[in-house]
Amino acid sequence: MALRFSPDNEARFQALLARYPDRRAALIPTLVLANREFGYLSREAMEYVASRLELPESYVLNTATFYTLLRKHPVGRFHIQVCMNVSCYLRGADHLADHLKRVLGIGFGEVTPDGLFSLEGVQCLASCGTAPVIQVNDDYHEDMTVEKVDCLLESLRRQASQADGARPGTGGVP
Amino acid sequence: MSENADRSAPPTPPTGPFLLRCRPGEAILRLDDHLTRGGFEPVRKALAMDPDAVTDEVKRASLRGRGGAGFPAGVKWGFLPKDNPKPRYLVVNADEGEPGTFKDRYFLERDPFPLLEGVIIASYAIRANVSYIYIRGEFVKQIRVVEDAIRQLYDRGFLGRNVLGTGYSLDVYVHPGAGAYVCGEESALLESIEGKPGRPRNRPPFPAQVGLFGCPTIINNVETMACVPLVLRHGADAFLKMGVPGDGGPKIYCVSGHVKRPGLYEAPMGTNLKRIIFEFAGGTLDDRPILGVIPGGSSTPVLTADELDVAMDFNSMRAKGSMLGSAATVVFTEGTCPVAVLLRISRFYAHESCGQCTPCREGTGWLERVVESIEHGNGRPGDCDLLLSAAGQIQGNTICALGDAAAMPVQSFVTKFRADFERHIAEGRCPHAHG
Ligand SMILES: Cc1cc2nc3c(=O)[nH]c(=O)nc-3n(C[C@H](O)[C@H](O)[C@H](O)COP(=O)(O)O)c2cc1C
Ligand code: FES
Repeated sequence: MALRFSPDNEARFQALLARYPDRRAALIPTLVLANREFGYLSREAMEYVASRLELPESYVLNTATFYTLLRKHPVGRFHIQVCMNVSCYLRGADHLADHLKRVLGIGFGEVTPDGLFSLEGVQCLASCGTAPVIQVNDDYHEDMTVEKVDCLLESLRRQASQADGARPGTGGVP
Repeated sequence: MSENADRSAPPTPPTGPFLLRCRPGEAILRLDDHLTRGGFEPVRKALAMDPDAVTDEVKRASLRGRGGAGFPAGVKWGFLPKDNPKPRYLVVNADEGEPGTFKDRYFLERDPFPLLEGVIIASYAIRANVSYIYIRGEFVKQIRVVEDAIRQLYDRGFLGRNVLGTGYSLDVYVHPGAGAYVCGEESALLESIEGKPGRPRNRPPFPAQVGLFGCPTIINNVETMACVPLVLRHGADAFLKMGVPGDGGPKIYCVSGHVKRPGLYEAPMGTNLKRIIFEFAGGTLDDRPILGVIPGGSSTPVLTADELDVAMDFNSMRAKGSMLGSAATVVFTEGTCPVAVLLRISRFYAHESCGQCTPCREGTGWLERVVESIEHGNGRPGDCDLLLSAAGQIQGNTICALGDAAAMPVQSFVTKFRADFERHIAEGRCPHAHG
């Protein structure tokens, strides 16, 4: 099997195993690690997790499919999640979403052809007091406006052209 | 003001803020900064007491759960079986998913030590040696903050073997969620920690009997935990007097929507809703009249402008026909389409139903589709009654309260804004300029 945890994530994985009386409990944190390390949970990534935890693949698949942050498809290098729930809606989330779709030329669930951006409408991010809010990889961007979105996209593009190696963030490091 | 004031010897009540102590932009992330502010005195106090005496103190304080249901924390702790030899667990619910709610994040991001003090005290009281803090997966930064705080506590002997030399041992771990609102429901949360899809369990047995890994387990919300050291520091009586009879303590109110100053506000439990909206949050944008207020998170029945003179505590809100929930107040002013607001809410619950029970799986999708058709001009005469009866069929017929959470906003919006729903149907379009 080609996939392997980096030494850092291997150490994290080993620490996870010690936390629970039942190794199945390490499954979701391990999937979060794998999601982060490999970008998304390909069939191969899930097989890898299953083998590391000595669990049936079907068990891993059954759990992974339940959780939206455990991605089953590749996302852009910058995965943009727009909260569409009630408080954000009241503060203009739909305008933000429409604007993002227009300037990126993609809809929710799609990735730009250059692989730089992907877009997703999400549920409440627990940031309703600073609505509307978007999350780009690990980071929240609050009190957003169309102007701020434009600045943000520009700085993300700059970031991408300057440094290589940024990977899409996909959940917490356990 | 205080009904409990003793006139002969005026007590000097402790002054807050008790929960939201960080000033804007401030965060208390170093253990030393927390200790210089009197941190961990409540923990030392608790560890010198008998565990059952700690539970009694929390019981007497009438600390009701801040996660939404308002169950008295001390009473819940008392449900643990006395004779079960299995290990016990404390699980902290940091899934913060109910739309409108953003209070637990304050502790996870800017002030983790009061939460962790609560975890130590509660674990000690229930005789648990392991505690898991389940933090929603989107909170990447917050997970790092809490893990760093835990590390500092281990380094200084506040966690691990022989806590502060008392002989008591406690391990605390963060467990990340992975994006599923239903995992905020306590039994789904346990399933999720066990590595399974987050499908709520049938009860009984309750988690206090059969919880995590089949062992007796107590689940409490982050804010509930952060209140526990206050009970120890100020005493049950003082804590109780900070709130209303039977419902003690300070409370964090989350205000969002069409107000001038959205944000978190700490005030006594039982603070008047009007005061929260108009005084704390500065009133509505452009001083527009209020159309509706969702008082306690998106599942709680909506209130109209003439229903806002109410104390925000668990019993008063019930008496008003709504709920305190997570005290997540969402304000919307005239000019807002109530059907469009309900559509966001109904879409959410349909999306988040775990699909396990038929009334919830089918019913929530059905509610969403009918509300959507009304909003998009395809409503039919009789749809309002259909919505009410469909919601009624979900309520009380599901394994967990997600079904109720989906039904209550539909019932309240359709009842209180019925004329507006009927107008959508009659005109075959949304009559409001929005979008
Ligand atoms: C669908 C659903 C979602 C819930 N989400 C949360 C949540 O995100 N956070 C929380 O603390 N409680 C949530 N709860 C309530 C929990 O089930 C449980 O009552 C609570 O964590 C107990 O803690 P407390 O007594 O300290 O409030 C939810 C309940 C339901 C039915
Ligand atoms: S509704 Fe958007 S963060 Fe809560």
